[in-house]
Amino acid sequence: MQRSDYLIRKAFWALITLVVVIVFNFFLFRILPGDPVRALIQSARMDREAQERIRTQFGLDKPIWLDVERLRQGDIKGALDTQFTAYVSNLLRGNLGVSFTKKMPVSKLLAERVWRTVVLLALGEVISIVLGIILGIVASWRRGSKLDTGIMMWGLFTWSIPTFFFGIILVILARGHLPTGMMVTPGLKPEDGLTYWLDVGKHLILPTITLGIGYVSMYMMVMRSSVVEVLSEDYILTAKAKGLSTFRILRDHALKNAMLPMITNIMLTLGYTVGGAIQVETVFSWPGIGRLIYDAVGKQDFPVLQGAFLLIAASVIGANFLADLLYSVLDPRVKAE
Amino acid sequence: MNLKHVWDTFRRKPMAMVGLFMLLSVVLVAILAPWLAPYDPKEQVEVRPEDILAPPDAEHLLGRDDAGKDVLSQLIYGARISLLVGFTASFMSMFIGATVGLLAGFYGGRIGNFLMRITDFLLVIPTLPLMLVIISVWGRGIEKIILVIGLLYWTYMARLVRSQVLSIKERQFIMRARAIGAGSLRIITRHIFPQVLPLIIAQAVLDISTAIIAESSLSFLGLGDPTQVSWGMMLNFAFARAISREAWWFLLPPGFAIVWVSVALVLIGTALEEIANPRLKTHHLFNPRQMVALAETEGVTV
Repeated sequence: MQRSDYLIRKAFWALITLVVVIVFNFFLFRILPGDPVRALIQSARMDREAQERIRTQFGLDKPIWLDVERLRQGDIKGALDTQFTAYVSNLLRGNLGVSFTKKMPVSKLLAERVWRTVVLLALGEVISIVLGIILGIVASWRRGSKLDTGIMMWGLFTWSIPTFFFGIILVILARGHLPTGMMVTPGLKPEDGLTYWLDVGKHLILPTITLGIGYVSMYMMVMRSSVVEVLSEDYILTAKAKGLSTFRILRDHALKNAMLPMITNIMLTLGYTVGGAIQVETVFSWPGIGRLIYDAVGKQDFPVLQGAFLLIAASVIGANFLADLLYSVLDPRVKAE
Repeated sequence: MNLKHVWDTFRRKPMAMVGLFMLLSVVLVAILAPWLAPYDPKEQVEVRPEDILAPPDAEHLLGRDDAGKDVLSQLIYGARISLLVGFTASFMSMFIGATVGLLAGFYGGRIGNFLMRITDFLLVIPTLPLMLVIISVWGRGIEKIILVIGLLYWTYMARLVRSQVLSIKERQFIMRARAIGAGSLRIITRHIFPQVLPLIIAQAVLDISTAIIAESSLSFLGLGDPTQVSWGMMLNFAFARAISREAWWFLLPPGFAIVWVSVALVLIGTALEEIANPRLKTHHLFNPRQMVALAETEGVTV
């Protein structure tokens, strides 16, 4: 099978996954008691006709996903004129509805917050991946030693601690030394230039550490076990017999071959790390998507929840697809399943 | 591999035994909660202003919460909820994951492909956001949390079991069983299942800790069952109302209780995994002296 076939198939599955998520998202929020307009119509004094007018305006008088009556009459185009198609066409135009509590378009709310979450996630991932690789190699090289046991114990502890609780401990420890909440000291504005960005950087320290340390064990364990496996291969013995130094064997032979399982692991756990970001943003009131979701959960702001979930799911699916692309470049053997 | 053999190997691993005692201590606390807890958390108490978030004293060893109630008693009763969620949700995901893995691995082809597609699909979807969305639409409740965790966390088990089944079904004893006329059902239940069972149990033990952490995260984010106060729920209250007062006696105990149980389960689970699937114990960068020493400590005859 050609590489292009492999990529086309991966792209196809990513697309299917996305479509299933969209359909799921639509129906999940339709099983709510009442309909989305009910929450919008807060005044009980609004008369029936006005309520109906709003329902028509939102297309809620239409059948949910298929107009069976019209289909029987052979009117296929009319049969598809439903809430579901309206939802999809709104989605394609970037319209995710209006937040119940903030009275703002959900897409706008998400757009102004998404980069904050991306920055947090990217920094946290980089720290945990780099630390995970280093610790994993050291642990596998010195397997069975006190150092290995120590690293494994630390990994066990960080794996067992819920991300949000680790954040809470840091808040208690760092109070008075480092900012423990929000993105920037109130009063500072982007116009303040360097002072503003330094302040943002300071506010980033604790959330990044929480995310980075919390997930380091995950990468460390994978790295350790895959390096151990590589080190037992015969070509490592050959390299040793050639007189290569341990450092060179680890760097040139072990690291390169152990990186592939690592990439698979990074992409498989991406959805998990996003869950961690929600917890971290909640603990440190970091005003990103995660904190938005937390607030929306508390206030039953369903359009925001729906939009945020769709954004997260789509990003993770996209990132997985990118990882597949990367994988096929790094490992030429990857062609068929 | 029989149970006695597993237990004999397990017993010789000090970390595994530490984990077992850590877990048993919590299970005992959960069972004996009504006798151990100094107060009944559901009892209405008369609260004086100075009782609110009162620090620990002789009567309340872990102080009081924001409602003037004894923290220690809530912690003891909370063990029941957290363990209940962990064990039942993990049992559910074990059942689904093992079944999917066995079928997908044994039959392969269309059925196998279809099952693995579903598994891969669930694996890609970010689980915590999905659970948040489902529970906020469906409503809170301990049984809903258990269901959602059980229905979403079986993917890893399915992949693990499948990969094992794929290698087992090529072995000779399966061919022989088939040759003397054993049906598929019989081969799966009598020959393959017993072979993968130890790994399934090891993974299920690890999944209990995942489920407990998932429940605590959901509760912390405000979707716990308000009538069944778990450790995660306590942390939700504590974080919302006590962090600004630095009431560590309310914040830290439930969190460390989660860590305690989780460490215990991971110690047990990894030990069982090593017994079920003895992987490579050594590599070429070891010096021979170390290899012999390691072999001796792990009870391997060289």
